[in-house]
Amino acid sequence: MVLSKLTRRWFAVTAGIFIPMLFMSAANAEYKLNLTEGVTPISQDLYGLHMLVFWICVVIAALVFGIMAWSIFYHRKSRGAKASNFHESTTVEIIWTIAPLLILIAVAVPATSTLLDLEDATTDADINLQVTGIQWKWKYNFIDEDVEFISSLAQSSRDVVKDPLANANYLLEVDEPLVLPINKKIRFLFHSNDVIHAWFVPALAVKQDAIPGFVNDSWALIEKVGTYRGQCAELCGKEHGFMPIVVEAVTQVDYEKWLEAKKVEALAVAAAAEEKWSMEDLIAKGETVYKVNCSGCHGVTGAGIPGVFPAMTGSDIVLGDIADHIDIIVNGKAGTAMAAFKSQLSDVDIAAVVTFERNALGNSVGDMVQPSAITGLR
Amino acid sequence: MTNATTTVDHDDHDDHGPAYGITRWITTTNHKDIGTLYLWFAFIMLLTGGTMAMVIRAELFQPGLQFVEPQFFNQMTTMHGLIMVFGAIMPAFVGLANWMLPLMIGAPDMALPRMNNWSFWILPFAFTMLLSTLLMEGGGPAFGWTFYAPLSTTYAPASTDYFIFGVHLMGISSVMGAINVIATILNMRAPGMTLMKMPLFVWTWLITAYLLIAVMPVLAGAVTMMLTDRHFGTSFFDASGGGDPVMFQHIFWFFGHPEVYIMILPAFGIISAIIPTFARKPLFGYSSMVYATGSIAILSFMVWAHHMFTTGMPVAGELYFMYATILISIPTGVKVFNWVTTMWRGSMTFETPMLWALGFIVMFTIGGLSGLMLGVAPVDTQYHDTYFVVAHFHYVLVTGALYSIIAAYYYWVPKWTGNMYNETLGKIHFWWSTIAVNVLFFPQHFLGLAGMPRRIPDYALQFAEFNKISSIGGFAFGLAQLFFLYIIIKTIKGGKKSTDIVWEGATGLEFEALPSPAPYHSFNIAPEVK
Repeated sequence: MVLSKLTRRWFAVTAGIFIPMLFMSAANAEYKLNLTEGVTPISQDLYGLHMLVFWICVVIAALVFGIMAWSIFYHRKSRGAKASNFHESTTVEIIWTIAPLLILIAVAVPATSTLLDLEDATTDADINLQVTGIQWKWKYNFIDEDVEFISSLAQSSRDVVKDPLANANYLLEVDEPLVLPINKKIRFLFHSNDVIHAWFVPALAVKQDAIPGFVNDSWALIEKVGTYRGQCAELCGKEHGFMPIVVEAVTQVDYEKWLEAKKVEALAVAAAAEEKWSMEDLIAKGETVYKVNCSGCHGVTGAGIPGVFPAMTGSDIVLGDIADHIDIIVNGKAGTAMAAFKSQLSDVDIAAVVTFERNALGNSVGDMVQPSAITGLR
Repeated sequence: MTNATTTVDHDDHDDHGPAYGITRWITTTNHKDIGTLYLWFAFIMLLTGGTMAMVIRAELFQPGLQFVEPQFFNQMTTMHGLIMVFGAIMPAFVGLANWMLPLMIGAPDMALPRMNNWSFWILPFAFTMLLSTLLMEGGGPAFGWTFYAPLSTTYAPASTDYFIFGVHLMGISSVMGAINVIATILNMRAPGMTLMKMPLFVWTWLITAYLLIAVMPVLAGAVTMMLTDRHFGTSFFDASGGGDPVMFQHIFWFFGHPEVYIMILPAFGIISAIIPTFARKPLFGYSSMVYATGSIAILSFMVWAHHMFTTGMPVAGELYFMYATILISIPTGVKVFNWVTTMWRGSMTFETPMLWALGFIVMFTIGGLSGLMLGVAPVDTQYHDTYFVVAHFHYVLVTGALYSIIAAYYYWVPKWTGNMYNETLGKIHFWWSTIAVNVLFFPQHFLGLAGMPRRIPDYALQFAEFNKISSIGGFAFGLAQLFFLYIIIKTIKGGKKSTDIVWEGATGLEFEALPSPAPYHSFNIAPEVK
């Protein structure tokens, strides 16, 4: 094809604009092109399968596009090509139906065995870990160890959403990372409290939906000590982009130390509920709790989103009877997005956030509730 | 000829043209007018949905939240998807069907012209209703175009009911359009036009129409169950009431997978018309093309759960859906091989429609191959819900379906207006769009493989570079379609007069038996097909 003069000039101009733009930031840029090989046997199998299918696709594409290009170049009218009239051949049709079928079988065989392996989470599992998706954080429960905690986006990411370039782990860091031992088969049991989430850590080759009313499982055997990051992969509402996952893979010894520390921490939290708290301390604590657990819907300033999420500022519930206020936080509100926070927050957290909401965010009711008063409501 | 006008029969419409002014368009039952309405509607929707894509790409230009809030971002991705699928691609194909099916089979009009008027005029109301949700308190639908429960039921904004009713209306419009297509093709073919002589565009539309009738009611059922879950105390999709959120996905994709073929089969028909014309050689393997289309349509009903490999299906289910899915690549491959063989030893020229058609074959094949990768269930664990999927379906829908629609425009517009478009501008439009669209979507494969999830308003720094490149491509591609608008208007207003045959190698009734432009009433006397 002969390009007109105008087209050629346009080409030159576009190339002149775009090509430098593409490489402007190339000096310190990260251009990762391929799937991760990961750190589990499954992730390596998946990588191998991915490369196999990829190269098959490349060969098919090269053949098809090569023949097309040859034809476009040699069988053009401007080179004096005369059109033939052939338009049918059952033999050819059969050949190009059978040949792809054989290729597909060659793909399906390894894919089947990998899939069977991938789906076998129960055999010889060393650790059972329940993972619950909650708008918009993850709850981890080591079923055999009586250790559970909630992991949400770190404050250091929340603080810089307007200009995150200085934070290398922006949106991929959490307040409480999940710690797992290496060389153990970990069986994940996924569940959700509200909408559908998906727990996705590429290096572990785990992506499984967390669905309300269902328990799904998956597994990983991590072979290398390290920090592995992932994100929620299923659209789960407003803060879907802000519920990361951090897995710290450590040795068995470090893992056991971590478990011990978690248990001590839990005792301290329980003990704190027995104490008598001052209003100032509760409000200060409540602000942190509010930012992590409430501000996603009700807004950092308590404004909410009209028509979707109620405002806290001037809310009838917040300004009304404190017992009703506590009840909606502890038990949630059926049929709405308001979750029951008794399964997510400690007594101190609930007392703190109630006191905070009543005496901040533009409200000044002036009353407070002690953590010990929450204990009886569970 | 002089006394021909005096002997005009009363029933002959040659003596009057269309009504004047706006009533022409509101009351028209003429297939050409309705086709034009559909095509303009689709183009307006393309620009509307495209504007939303520009908002998305602007927000994703760099890490951090710069322009929009996450809730609004989710409304943009949701609306972009709904508008492009139901407002741009589908109505554009129906518009092409309205214009071209009667001309291709030698019929005077569609079989059910008044219903034809109605099925179009539902659409502006449906989309006004859908778009109005953006202005409501709480905003529009923000749960993705796939509207998975319970995010779209218990957790959705109040405006969701408008969305539900809008989808009902679109479904009614589509089903009526499909009934009309089937009635026209089966009843109104010119004498001698046997089924196996029909142009492939007619064949692919016939099969598409059956798909529409089969699956649009399923979608209507899904949104109706959502409605009763939201307001009337049922719990179809609410696990706490004994319902099943995964069942929603099964129902949705039982509609959704045939739907993707609804958006690509007519494209196959267009490409099968254009390639032989510019290769000056008959289509290779006509009957295998018909059978391949049929097989794709049948298989499309049996593979829906490949969208759901991470929902915890039993392993036997995953195996079955993997095998069935990768099997679809065989009839699809047959089509590509047939097109390439049609070009082989032809005598090719490369006018604008041919360029778009060749662009379609290359880039649709890229999208098809990434689809094959996605079909391999175990590896889908890594690809699912990442930008790899976004790249895949934009390759098949933008450089696939949309490219075929643009190719069809350039191919048939001389027959519609009697004017040739400007060849230089058409070629600029092609090369501009094609470079831009690859800058836009190719890097998204890399983003997906690196693990960037879909539908996020903000992302980690490791994804920054390719997102920036992708956004630049996005803006350039958006601008190219405004340039297309300029070409469309310029061609309507004037241009070199087209010959009746339009293209040297053109075949078919619309080129061989009608002048350019095609008269307002054509084939009042059925042509004879040998």
